[in-house]
Amino acid sequence: MSESRNSERRPDPPGEVGDAPVNTTEAPVLEAPVTPPNTPTDKKVVRIGDRIFRSLATGSGVFVVTIIAAIGLFLLIRAIPALQANEANFLLSGKWETGDPDDLAFGIVDLAWITVASSIFALVLAMPVAGGIALFLTQYAPRVLARPFGYIVDLLAAVPSVIYGLWGALVLAPVIKPVAVWLNTNLGWIPVFGDGNVPADSGSNVFTAGIVLAVMILPIITGVAREVFARTPNAQIEGALALGATKWEVVRTTVWPFGRSGFVGGSMLGLGRALGETVALTVILSYTYEGPHYSIFDAGATFASRIALGSAEFNNNLTVGAYIAAGLVLFISTFAVNALARWIESSSGKGKE
Amino acid sequence: MAKRLDIENLNLYYNKFHAVQDVTLQVHARSVTAFIGPSGCGKSTVLRSLNRMHEVVPGSRVEGKVLLDGENVYAPGVDPVQVRRTIGMVFQKANPFPTMSIKDNVVAGLKLAGEKDKKKLDEITERSLRGANLWEEVKDRLNKPGGGLSGGQQQRLCIARATAVQPDVLLMDEPCSALDPISTLAIEDLIAELKKDYTIVIVTHNMQQAARVSDQTAFFNLPAVGEPGQLVEIGETGKIFSNPSQKATEDYISGRFG
Repeated sequence: MSESRNSERRPDPPGEVGDAPVNTTEAPVLEAPVTPPNTPTDKKVVRIGDRIFRSLATGSGVFVVTIIAAIGLFLLIRAIPALQANEANFLLSGKWETGDPDDLAFGIVDLAWITVASSIFALVLAMPVAGGIALFLTQYAPRVLARPFGYIVDLLAAVPSVIYGLWGALVLAPVIKPVAVWLNTNLGWIPVFGDGNVPADSGSNVFTAGIVLAVMILPIITGVAREVFARTPNAQIEGALALGATKWEVVRTTVWPFGRSGFVGGSMLGLGRALGETVALTVILSYTYEGPHYSIFDAGATFASRIALGSAEFNNNLTVGAYIAAGLVLFISTFAVNALARWIESSSGKGKE
Repeated sequence: MAKRLDIENLNLYYNKFHAVQDVTLQVHARSVTAFIGPSGCGKSTVLRSLNRMHEVVPGSRVEGKVLLDGENVYAPGVDPVQVRRTIGMVFQKANPFPTMSIKDNVVAGLKLAGEKDKKKLDEITERSLRGANLWEEVKDRLNKPGGGLSGGQQQRLCIARATAVQPDVLLMDEPCSALDPISTLAIEDLIAELKKDYTIVIVTHNMQQAARVSDQTAFFNLPAVGEPGQLVEIGETGKIFSNPSQKATEDYISGRFG
């Protein structure tokens, strides 16, 4: 309605007002908001452009949610028949015998152990380093250095994960072998450092995988931590300085309390990434039929690497269903970890300045 | 406690920008000195240079001397952290540490200085909060976060925090500019009490406030845009407000500015 009015009026002003070219552009703009009170109906004036853009934006939002829900539904529907045919306990068994669709026996315990152990080990290594890098970049580094250094850290995220896998298996594993052996020999009495299901010097174990994962999630944690640390109110920092705080004490009394929950949230995001990492771990971890000894010197497969390795057997619905059931567990756990991360991150800074 | 400050030929820079030129003045012990002047004249910059907070801004530079009872705080080998422990500061916007309780806020400076004795910390908390006229209002919620207080209470909490370490000098950078008149009055009363024990320097945009609380007043001005700020004159507050010796001072005070 308003569209037609505007297009009718547009040519008018030159005829009525004459010369002033400003009126030709201003008149319709000024009139549009004035129109509603004059019209008898309470109809809101909605521009066609606004309407199109709003539907596009809403559509995109709905699309994403639909896709996620559809993936979840797909996983669930395809997993159920296999779970019904499963002869082992899905949650408590470590077996993975899926070759014969008439005799399925699979469970997630071993996969869960390798997945969780490598991810948690990666987190333990990456969190302090990422926190240190973020503090260095925001509080200590001179500005000229902080920027390029930050880019380099971000660049770590751009390296393809298969490269990380090759690097981990061919370069890192031989280098850290003495460390692994030393830990196994001297701290072997601590269960996680005990003998694994492959020799500690094999290199293709959770120990190597965790270190590689740590490097891979470093840029994610660093990026989030850098953002929250940089948002520390300057008034807080100056308040601490004026009380006679040293640089480190400023960090301890203001920057860290302010950014802590954001840092934890970023770490959870990193954990989500580590849980789902596939190719690098497929390259690094050797496969073994022996179950895990619950040591970081275990080899085996994670959810994701198990699925990737199994693609050759995807020849009947029940076998595929078993892998999809494992995928569903991974989907739910990464979803939960990411949701937790977002929640922690968004609640950070609340109730503060 | 309560030492005098002598500022000699102080020049302050931000990178190449000459912010304040050749300031020389004396701040007497156990008295209130007010810095007044138009925005951008450098009075806050001078204040921040007294406890070496000016140099926190990247690219800033200081020339000249600031003598605390005869000892130059800019002498080589002097630790700025130590200077800030003996010259306290209260900011324009109250900035209690939001994650700390009221009590932890008050004793934050003491804890930084390594004081661990719980009994002593409790005593100092009460003494400082009483000194800041805040004790009665917060004594039942010392373990609640300081961010839950009103703006005026937060500012008095910051004053308690600054006085808990018993500094030689207390600097106040427009401490009332974000407060309502009643909270302002509370702070002004507090300043009058604090000057019995402390040397106080206060920057204010409010000339009535300067006239009410200070013993001597320093007027800073900007001769022209882009030129460094200067100290026009300093004198007893009564004289500056009734009979200033410089025309620029008289113009500013009477509102005929520029």
